Amino acid sequence: MIVETFFQNLLNALQWGSFYALIALGYTLVYGVLLLINFAHGDIFMVGAYIGFFIAALLLGQYIAPLSLNLPPVAVFLVMLVLTMVLTAFVGVTIERVAYRPLRRKGASRLYVVITALMCGLILENGNLALLGANRRNFPELIPNTVHSFGSVMFSNVKVIVIVATILVFLLLETIVRRTKLGMAMRAISYDRMAVPLMGIPVDTVIVFTFALGSSMAALAGVLFATAYPVLEPYMGALVGWKAFIAAVIGGIGEIRGAFAGGFLLGFVEIFVAAFFPSTLRDLIAFTILLVFLSVKPTGIFGVARATKI
Amino acid sequence: MRRFTPLVAYVVLCSLSVAAAKGSWINAYIQLIIMFIGINIVLSSSLNLVNGYMGEFSVGHAGFMAVGAYITSILNVWLFTSSSIFGAPALSPSSAIFLFPVTLLIGGMGAALAGLLVAIPSFRTRGDYLAIITLAVNYIVKSSIENIQVIGGARGFMGMRNVVNSMQDVVNLPWIMIWIFVAVGLTVWVIHRFVNSTYGKGIVAIRDDEIAAEIMSVDTRRMKMIAFMLSSGMAGVAGGLFAHILGYINPGTFTIMKSTEIMVMVYLGGMGSLSGSVLSAIGFTLILEMFRPLQVAKWVVIPLLLILLMLFRTEGLLGNRELSDVFPRLRRIYSPGQKAGINVPS
Repeated sequence: MIVETFFQNLLNALQWGSFYALIALGYTLVYGVLLLINFAHGDIFMVGAYIGFFIAALLLGQYIAPLSLNLPPVAVFLVMLVLTMVLTAFVGVTIERVAYRPLRRKGASRLYVVITALMCGLILENGNLALLGANRRNFPELIPNTVHSFGSVMFSNVKVIVIVATILVFLLLETIVRRTKLGMAMRAISYDRMAVPLMGIPVDTVIVFTFALGSSMAALAGVLFATAYPVLEPYMGALVGWKAFIAAVIGGIGEIRGAFAGGFLLGFVEIFVAAFFPSTLRDLIAFTILLVFLSVKPTGIFGVARATKI
Repeated sequence: MRRFTPLVAYVVLCSLSVAAAKGSWINAYIQLIIMFIGINIVLSSSLNLVNGYMGEFSVGHAGFMAVGAYITSILNVWLFTSSSIFGAPALSPSSAIFLFPVTLLIGGMGAALAGLLVAIPSFRTRGDYLAIITLAVNYIVKSSIENIQVIGGARGFMGMRNVVNSMQDVVNLPWIMIWIFVAVGLTVWVIHRFVNSTYGKGIVAIRDDEIAAEIMSVDTRRMKMIAFMLSSGMAGVAGGLFAHILGYINPGTFTIMKSTEIMVMVYLGGMGSLSGSVLSAIGFTLILEMFRPLQVAKWVVIPLLLILLMLFRTEGLLGNRELSDVFPRLRRIYSPGQKAGINVPS
């Protein structure tokens, strides 16, 4: 019985860890290139979920125009996923162009850019609240939720999809960052901002690509999250976003492996704390572990301390 | 006599507001705004000590505020009022008038001890990682309070109104407003004197280059500890006062949103500028109230204004400068002590 409870929780933890990992990825990619904490990223996750909702409703003919495409739900899901990722990437890049790039051009201190990012997040949250109202929206069920059981361990197909998608994304990103020229350029920018333009690398293009990549992963997380927990509200990105950020830091911010390791670790801690203690203690214990962890190993799991020359 | 001019001006201004509040020349709403401005000045200038002068990035200031607010409120309710939680008052309610500042200070000390949670990791951790630690401390404080059911948990804690009433029964003055003025005066004075003292310049040295500061015999650990504890202690005092304005607090007030609000005030005024912090706390509170009719859209308009400010005036209103640098004539009355002729650029 205990073993089965363990596996059940393990599965839940893997699912939550996947959400954290996918969002943490956006933080880590941007940080790896720009050394900027993009605090608007949690809200980009929320924007992704909303865009997904509207596209799905449109394709199902429940919104604006009663379209009668009669697509099978799985096709709707795939089309919606791709469109959402593209559109959310566009949102992320727009924020970069409008808010961050002018500051970067002026050579402003990093902290000012961080404040701007926080403000962008607030605008996304509250703009959503002002435009669409405070009522929650129900995400349409596109993938019929079937529950399989393996022994007495129950798992739904949505959970499996989430976990598999996250592992695929991890492999894809590791390939992009390690094996392609663009990935090499990304690593080069984080290594030496001054020398990279001299080597003929178009810095701005690489940065735009980074933001697009991070935002589309947040959109993927948003759509998957909305499929698993089909309630949308404007502040859904705030707490998940902060926690994903913590996951990125635990893993060692700037490292893709770190984002995944940190995300899954945080998922495990939260689910297992909730399984054995009252669930109100979940945040408290998770954050205490983080505090202790960072005090002992300040650079995270995979992070390397940057040497400072005197 | 000139060195006392700011003090005299401040005392006159405060007496006028207190008299106006006592005589009901200004309505309760304006009194409330004046008190919130005071609280915000304490919060923003204390955060500026860490974020501006020391150059760390603390994003959890509201957590310390919560510690102070809860300690002060619980002590006051326990000592001076009969409540459902603690029963009959432990001391006579009329003694609240003398002991209120004491409980306020105890709240501040409690918050300063909570500041150690950040100060000790800061010896090894810097920059973004330290930011996470402050964020985590904010969450830890909030969810610990939510989990202590004796003091109301997530439902909040109330009864501070009776403390204020028992103070006003003895001498009928707007006591909370008076103590807010005292706290603002002391905070600004202490921070001003501290960062301009030879000892306190160590903090600015840590911001500019920690290793060089260490070599130049600045005890960086000690300085960090002092800065974090002073800053969080002041936030705790502000929290205690805040609790007594409203008469009700719940953990939901002290979230990361509140911390962001304080941070915005610091950056609006300019990092490392005390007068900037004071001005921006006044301006920001007024703007918040002015935009109240916009309701939800308020929190779209204000961030938008801030982004525009960042784009066109990146360093804030008075980045790393004081009012006396902008208006040199002020220097005669504004600069600390009698260091005439020693113009110290920050």
